[in-house]
Amino acid sequence: MFSFIIKRLLWAIPTLFGVSLIVFFMVHLSPGDPALALLGDHANKESVEKLREEMGLNKPLYTQYYLFASKAVHGDFGNSFKSKQPVLGEFMERFPATMELAMCAMILAIVLGIGAGIISAIKRYSIFDYGSMFIALAGVSMPVFWLGLVLIYFFSVSLGWLPVSGRLGYEFYVENITGFYLIDTILADDYAAFWDAFKHLILPAVALGTIPMAIIARMTRSSMIEVMKEDYIRTARAKGCSVFQVVMVHALRNAMMPVITVIGLMLGTLFAGAILTETTFSWPGIGKWIVNAVYQRDFPIIQSATLIIATMFIFVNLIVDLLYALINPKIRLS
Amino acid sequence: MKKLFLALMLFLSSIAFAAPQYGGTLVFGRGGDSSTIDPAHATDGESFYASTQVYDNLVQFKYGSTELEPALATSWDISKDGLEYVFHLRKGVMFHTTKFFKKKVEMTADDVVFSFKRQFDKTNPYIKIGGDYEYWSAMDMDKIVKDVVKVDKYTVKFTLLKPEAPFMANLAMDFASIVCKEFADDLLKAGKADDLNRLAVGTGPFVFEKWLKDDRMIFQANESYWGGKPYVKTLILKVIPNNSVRAAELKTGAIHIMDLPNPEEVAAMETDPKIKLIKQEGLNVGYLAMNENIKPFDNVKVRQAINYAINKAAIVDAVYAGFGKVAKSPIPPTMWSYNKNIKDYEYNPEKAKALLKEAGLENGFETDLWAMPVPRPYNPNGRKVAEAMQADLAKVGIKAKIVSYDWVTYLAKTKQGEHQMCLLGWTGDNADPDNFLYVLLSEAAAQLPAQNFAFWKNKEFNELINKAKVTSDVKERTALYEKAQVIFAEDAPWVTIANSVVVAPVLEKVNGFKLDPIGKRRFKDVWLAK
Repeated sequence: MFSFIIKRLLWAIPTLFGVSLIVFFMVHLSPGDPALALLGDHANKESVEKLREEMGLNKPLYTQYYLFASKAVHGDFGNSFKSKQPVLGEFMERFPATMELAMCAMILAIVLGIGAGIISAIKRYSIFDYGSMFIALAGVSMPVFWLGLVLIYFFSVSLGWLPVSGRLGYEFYVENITGFYLIDTILADDYAAFWDAFKHLILPAVALGTIPMAIIARMTRSSMIEVMKEDYIRTARAKGCSVFQVVMVHALRNAMMPVITVIGLMLGTLFAGAILTETTFSWPGIGKWIVNAVYQRDFPIIQSATLIIATMFIFVNLIVDLLYALINPKIRLS
Repeated sequence: MKKLFLALMLFLSSIAFAAPQYGGTLVFGRGGDSSTIDPAHATDGESFYASTQVYDNLVQFKYGSTELEPALATSWDISKDGLEYVFHLRKGVMFHTTKFFKKKVEMTADDVVFSFKRQFDKTNPYIKIGGDYEYWSAMDMDKIVKDVVKVDKYTVKFTLLKPEAPFMANLAMDFASIVCKEFADDLLKAGKADDLNRLAVGTGPFVFEKWLKDDRMIFQANESYWGGKPYVKTLILKVIPNNSVRAAELKTGAIHIMDLPNPEEVAAMETDPKIKLIKQEGLNVGYLAMNENIKPFDNVKVRQAINYAINKAAIVDAVYAGFGKVAKSPIPPTMWSYNKNIKDYEYNPEKAKALLKEAGLENGFETDLWAMPVPRPYNPNGRKVAEAMQADLAKVGIKAKIVSYDWVTYLAKTKQGEHQMCLLGWTGDNADPDNFLYVLLSEAAAQLPAQNFAFWKNKEFNELINKAKVTSDVKERTALYEKAQVIFAEDAPWVTIANSVVVAPVLEKVNGFKLDPIGKRRFKDVWLAK
């Protein structure tokens, strides 16, 4: 187990090296001058030249890569071209917002997805089965930004039940402790603010969670159907176990294997979805920040953020693999 | 008598109703966050939206106008040779006290000298902090200002390298805001000089309180503002990137003023009783530049033919959706010295064909037509404008192929002169005609990377605008610019398309809001009806 973890961590090094190379060259070889992007319509020759020099863009590419990589290894991701602030600080300032949204979306997706999947599998060909699988198909096919706008117009503008966008109403202010508003409001004993933060979370979490939820539901259903055909299920039933017991104890654990793989992979989808969701719902997270950086050709942000996210992705995958062993002792981590 | 009394009461109550009310929170919904709150480092409008609330300048543009008026300087004297400007400062103006700066400091000549010197004096400790002072160089201030010195506590003297009439207008721009020297010194001592990018201590109508990145900026009214206390108590600048979502926020009443709406949404809002539309002609121009370095655009007849071939009125109707006016001059009509007597090219395909024949191109020719990929204030839809032009040009035998790139690439390539014809535009920085005519059409601006996208080099025109640049008498300058516009019209380096009308939808209860033609958003005189 220990050697497995070490081995996997060592593998992360060439992976990250590859990621940094690809991102660096994609960013530097694509057209568009960051100095011009920053100065915009109002640039003149001298100011563009001066700025390029300041950004270090006049140096040869390999020197630029060496500088970027050697600093990144030491945890220094440089300063944003636009705001001139350290990239890591800017990242950390926005990351909790994205995490809070992504986790809520994921919890929603897992609970509703697995629940709907199990019921559909047991009540196969029932109205519930057809209904939930139809919704799941629709969920997978719907573009996130479109779904977001539809939700806003229905629940906020027409019905007036939920706030349109943002993380918190203007009348509230939360002192930043963890950066998770749901937790910070409780720590501050401000339950009105908690309720407001919760209401702000609902629509973006639904928009972001819909695709993972749909995929998880379909996956659970098919995996469950397979497992329910197994001999040991028949044996369990013959022993006199209730349906509930059979499903929750005997079937579910075995059916979860492919579902967990999918959940692990979904985390990547969540980050991609967060970019669109955050823009629609004015959510101050890293998704929107990276999109702006791409528009602005803010190289340090694009490079470093990609690298940081890649690192997190590698860790999440490692955790998923460890979870396998926990759920199914048959798998040896060798 | 009773009736008279009743009428009087009614009259009085209506006055009371219309009288501005103090208090409340005003929320301004905008498309993006500021990148810095230091006006000398900022280059984008979103950053200036924030710094304008906190800082003042020596002189400022009158609210809603392009005219200059005194601000932190109450008066000034200009020497005869136009090389010395002496400013007399307003006395008793205090900098804000905030959670992060608790001192009570009066604004004096030291602050003014520091605010400018940090941008150009190599010995100033702030010269290297936070990167380059981009607007300072972009406005060529290095070539204008020689020095700035304190004469006494309330007097400051600028010495110039050359007479430069637009200098006064530059002083009203955001980069010339007066910052607090003592606060900057404190930060420097604490090793946090860079914090000037995220904290602000100014003399302006609103006091900076908090900045939640990509979310909101919070300001409180400056109760002792020298120009009078602002009506609202709290001001929030809220980031809502998606245009449709921003409109939804306005419809639910969560924000009071909406920045940059889509034309389609504005049409829907016109019938909404809860929303009113504030309009102002923008200080901008959208145009089609014809690159004279590339044949056949070096031929004036071809350029004039294209001007006759394009139906501008139809384009403005279709694309600007009523929020634009056909332009005939490179400077907008709201700008002083605008020559309303110049003759515009009417839509006349026959005349266009005749001119092409004279140029030896009776069978037309093929060309690229570059379309901007993003909506800008001066052109809401580059693609649609290009398609309409393509159809018009086809009628006179010119086959135009529409080309587009992402915005940054588009700017980079056009600055290198890779285009044949390109759509572009300009929003004025400082309400001086020089900022349009010199920046966009001078020979100097035709050097790579160019801002003169037509690469137009007309000797007579250049003589006129260069002379106007060093003349301080406004009347004389006006005459020179009026003449320059006539030459522009005859030589036709562009097809001037439109001056846009800027629209801001606001809630019915919002009063006193004006759009500044210069692009600022100021809220001191805005009040909310209860």
